[in-house]
Amino acid sequence: MRILPPVSIEARRLLPSGWDVLAALLVLGFIVAFAEASKLLAQPLTLLTAQPLSLAPSHLPEYALRTALRMLIAMVVSLGFTFTYATLAAKSARASALLIPLLDILQSLPILGFISVTVVFFLSLSPGKILGAEIACVFVLFTSQAWNMAFSFYQSLRTVPPELIEAGRMFGLNGWARFWRIEVPFAMPPLVWNMMMSMSGGWFFIVASEAISVGKTSFALPGIGSYIALAIAHKDLNAIFWAIGAMLVVILIYDQLMFRPLVAWAYRFRIDQEQSDDEPESWMLTMFRRTRLFNMASAPFDAFMHWTYRLQPPSHGQSGANANPVVSRLANLSWTFIVMALVAFAVWRIYLFTGAALPFSEVVKAFGLGFLTMIRVFVLIAVASAIWTPIGIYVGLRPKLAGIVQPVAQFLAAFPANLLFPVAVYAIVTYSLNPDIWLSPLMVLGTQWYILFNVIAGASTLPRELRDAGTNFGVGGWLWWRKIALPAVFPFYVTGAITASGGSWNAAIVAEWVNWGSRNIQAHGLGSYIQNATVAGDFHRIVLGIAVMALMVTVINRIFWRPLYWYAERKYRLA
Amino acid sequence: MNALLDLHDVRRAFPKSGGGELLVLDGIDLTLKQGEIVGLLGRSGSGKSTLLRIIAGLSPPSSGSAIYLDKPIDGPASGIAMVFQGFALFPWLTVLENVQLGLEALKLPPAEIRTRALAAIDLIGLDGYESAYPRELSGGMRQRVGFARALVVHPNILLMDEPFSALDVLTAENLRTDLLELWAEGDLPIKGIILVTHNIEEAVLMCDRVLLFSTNPGKIVSEIPIALRQPRDRNDPAFSALVERIYVEMTTRRADRAAQKGDRATLGTFLPRVSASTMSGLAEALIAPPYNGKADLPEIASELQLEIDELFPIAEAMQLLRLAEIGDGDIKLTETGKRFAAEEIDERKRIFARLLIRYAPLAAHIRRVLDERESHTAPWHRFLDELEDHMAEDAADETLRTVVAWARFAELFSYDDDSQMFSLENPS
Repeated sequence: MRILPPVSIEARRLLPSGWDVLAALLVLGFIVAFAEASKLLAQPLTLLTAQPLSLAPSHLPEYALRTALRMLIAMVVSLGFTFTYATLAAKSARASALLIPLLDILQSLPILGFISVTVVFFLSLSPGKILGAEIACVFVLFTSQAWNMAFSFYQSLRTVPPELIEAGRMFGLNGWARFWRIEVPFAMPPLVWNMMMSMSGGWFFIVASEAISVGKTSFALPGIGSYIALAIAHKDLNAIFWAIGAMLVVILIYDQLMFRPLVAWAYRFRIDQEQSDDEPESWMLTMFRRTRLFNMASAPFDAFMHWTYRLQPPSHGQSGANANPVVSRLANLSWTFIVMALVAFAVWRIYLFTGAALPFSEVVKAFGLGFLTMIRVFVLIAVASAIWTPIGIYVGLRPKLAGIVQPVAQFLAAFPANLLFPVAVYAIVTYSLNPDIWLSPLMVLGTQWYILFNVIAGASTLPRELRDAGTNFGVGGWLWWRKIALPAVFPFYVTGAITASGGSWNAAIVAEWVNWGSRNIQAHGLGSYIQNATVAGDFHRIVLGIAVMALMVTVINRIFWRPLYWYAERKYRLA
Repeated sequence: MNALLDLHDVRRAFPKSGGGELLVLDGIDLTLKQGEIVGLLGRSGSGKSTLLRIIAGLSPPSSGSAIYLDKPIDGPASGIAMVFQGFALFPWLTVLENVQLGLEALKLPPAEIRTRALAAIDLIGLDGYESAYPRELSGGMRQRVGFARALVVHPNILLMDEPFSALDVLTAENLRTDLLELWAEGDLPIKGIILVTHNIEEAVLMCDRVLLFSTNPGKIVSEIPIALRQPRDRNDPAFSALVERIYVEMTTRRADRAAQKGDRATLGTFLPRVSASTMSGLAEALIAPPYNGKADLPEIASELQLEIDELFPIAEAMQLLRLAEIGDGDIKLTETGKRFAAEEIDERKRIFARLLIRYAPLAAHIRRVLDERESHTAPWHRFLDELEDHMAEDAADETLRTVVAWARFAELFSYDDDSQMFSLENPS
């Protein structure tokens, strides 16, 4: 299975198209609109503090359950988004011209930036009630999960083998049936992998999504994230360890009850028909499959799905053959009109917003800080690469070892940076270190593992004949790394590095602004800029920070990562 | 003059996951003299490739000695180069860079690396392709790069692991002829060649001696010198006679072995993955003229365009189920086999079911267990564990899958891969 990076790598053009600009304007406009609304709606949330959180470990099972449920709901919503948004983008050339650049911008937005501008809006949906906060929290988790899933699904839909589609047509499957019986199964294996990645992403931001404070508005929903936040505020190391334990248990349960069965189940949808020895297994799935009860329970659902397939008449038409040119032109026109109207609205909001705006020097300052964060991201990705690439190659060439390392790295990827705050603060205060340098490792804490994952995957695909050829000709030492090992994993490494780089920008907000008890330590950078603006409830600066970060991430992806990706694909991909 | 290579009593076993070990090679004696091409001929699973890896120093023997130029082989030796079945070219290196790699590993001066690489490329007929990447080349050209890469290090011994089997017939013949010409004219900087193959004609065409391997474990069962003069002609009666002789050797060995084991499959007999429809196809071909129920193996192999690797398992499975008999290089349908070939599909299934119950103890065993159990179901692992007492894990898995496929055809029992359960239910 090929794992693709969670950014658009489709077009090889360097320069942004008109659609990219429109997408950027749209996103910015809506953020501005949200921020404006938030300013008006802002009010302290009093009700939630009525039920105070407790650091007693006996409360953890309940908190863990609530967190797990929120994650699950967010995952379901993300799947719904994936199935609709990505499908629309893949099926309609009109829609995809806008939707894909839009998705590209959305994935570059800092997740924590989202919170600050949308949370007040969600709270206002049900004023004074806890429901709004719950929705806000699920929304944050959704933004940390949905984009890469949608990208993966879109890329799969675009590569469904034509003979499968044609077979479906010959049997008269209509669009709905084709979607569920051909396209979704085909897209399943990479989608399941991305769901696992998304879950890790959700955990990483669990503290920020459950314990939110924007200006005067603040709340803490009962859950593991808030528990950690409270433990940090109270400097309670014991509680931190309890939280790590609870998280480990929840992740393990998720793995056993959800992901392992999913992976084993998705395995049957692989397109290559070779039997392989290391078929993934899951006791849960086997149990389900052998239980009559489960079969009985799923039968009505199957029947219902089959009933829906028959709702539409079977279609035997050729694609595009029945498209009416007049209707098609009308559709084109109305689509253009809708997009233009939306963009006009966005531009108008941005204009109003900047009308009352910040001095130009503030923009320069934001870019300067963004530049600092960029240097940090690049240096840390380089350091992480230098460490994990050789280790990944070593592990990947030893399948048994890889079987042990993979799940551990997966857990570490889910490890929220907040849990290391005590270590970071203690080290920096005790040894009076420079926070601009020593806070930085927190940025790659969760993201470096994607480099390791991908390099391991790459090294394990190196065919035995190639390894034998190297040995037979006595290629060893540095020559072996230079001519065999590093080139072999390079395409995989690039995918991992793109994922890690995007994630590190996102993590900057958590990593550049750290506290332990009353002690607060900051590094200079765009992350701490956004976080400070959030704490102060300064929506102008929040929006500016988000926009600058999104712009920089998108530009770096376009001019650096995307060309590198295609270079690696062309030259180093094993056929 | 000493031999280039001297193997004595080489044995190789791999540990099995459930404990114990799987013997792949046993009691191998082999010498390679100067100026000699030796062929290792046998079916897949006979350990020929493992033996080649031992000679190349890629994998150590479990016991026995492997001596190359008076020194034991304890790692990749610089005078032994290998040509791989799948070419094993590095896709990110150009033709020239691929060829240079082995010289760079020798730490030669850059100028010498370049001249020698260019000379090898020239010798093997690749000039003009120096800057091409492997993916831009056809299969035949790629294998030429493989040869150039092996020759450029001026090895004493060239090891070839089924080097032509990934190529189409014409390209393979073209490359074989070129190679034999270079060898005959003494243009190759090598002193001896070991060729692993499962193609009998290829072995007779190229080798001075052919060693026949048996399977499970791999042993050398006979040595056939080939004294024909090069270049050899496939239409020469002496050539055909040699091909025929090797076929006879290989089939009688099998028949003997079957006889030793009491001529009956047991629960622990390995069953190759041969489908019922493949057996039907061969039975149909055999009953039709000109064979009328009996055929010469080399003849029917070339008629059906099957390699021995592909033909033998089919023939063996048919012998096991008493659909056919093998011996003296011939395959002959039994009376049941003739009826099987002549009947319609439903009757065929009935015949097949009867044969399974009588001659495939594993199928009969599974059916009995399913009959006896109240639920008429049993899990996959119940039988797999049982089989693993008799054979290696992979072989057990393959055997069980074969039985499932046969039983499905015979409608003897069914199997659901999702729940990994055998049952007596039919989906109907």
